[in-house]
Amino acid sequence: MYEQLWGYQHPVSGQIRRLEQELDELFGRNTSLTGTRDIRSLPTGTFPALNVASTAEAITVYLFAPGVDPKQLDLALQQNVLSISGEREIPPDEHATYYRRERFSGPFRRAVSLPEEVDAERVDAKYHNGILTIKVDRRQAARPRQIEVR
Amino acid sequence: MATQQNITQENGTQAAAQAGALRESAMRPPVDIFETAEGITLIADMPGVSREHLNLQVEGNTLVLEGTLQFDMAQHMEALYADVRSTLYRCSFVLSPELDTGRIEALLKDGVLAVRIPKRPEARPRRIEVRG
Repeated sequence: MYEQLWGYQHPVSGQIRRLEQELDELFGRNTSLTGTRDIRSLPTGTFPALNVASTAEAITVYLFAPGVDPKQLDLALQQNVLSISGEREIPPDEHATYYRRERFSGPFRRAVSLPEEVDAERVDAKYHNGILTIKVDRRQAARPRQIEVR
Repeated sequence: MATQQNITQENGTQAAAQAGALRESAMRPPVDIFETAEGITLIADMPGVSREHLNLQVEGNTLVLEGTLQFDMAQHMEALYADVRSTLYRCSFVLSPELDTGRIEALLKDGVLAVRIPKRPEARPRRIEVRG
């Protein structure tokens, strides 16, 4: 009954809404429904955004944290969980009229579980243009190695 | 962790990433917009964008911000997880006539772009003296 009342769809806006949903799925914005994510993951759109990539030698974590002082960040790697916490305060201008306030302000924390074969002693972190790049080397023994046949 | 995406860069050059970016959809960066008596300020989060890859343009009365993000990539990298799936930021705004588009100032630091658009001097709010 609700559907009949509130579910009324104008022929054009209904099509537009369906198109938006299809595009959202295409670009992966609905992955919380269609894909299984790590238990520590946060909804997409959380600040700061996180990307994780891997090579044979290392796991690289990219944290998209513009306008953050890297010295104030708290980076820890414990039992293969990499956690980053910090704060970005954007005090509002009292004499201004705000039309949009979309940028995140406040404390943040993100955690990512890395594959077991990482070496916690070999971590390199670099902040450039607002991206914090954290490279964690894989353990020597876990790297794919060429075996020579004598 | 579930594998969300598989982007293996065969040659690992930035050119390949740029070509990929043109085919992707652009991300709209989060912005703060506020107005004072002097003008309007727009602040956008565009992490990974440096001055060489930032394009700020005024086309008529429209302000267009575009930036391509760069990050350190290695050969044969594979994605394990991605919140950010595009390398292009883009947003545009229509500017009202009292804004002086010829005197726009912009500053980019640590991935934060601040754009100041002053109002034309004659358009600033003025007190009207009431006689009598």
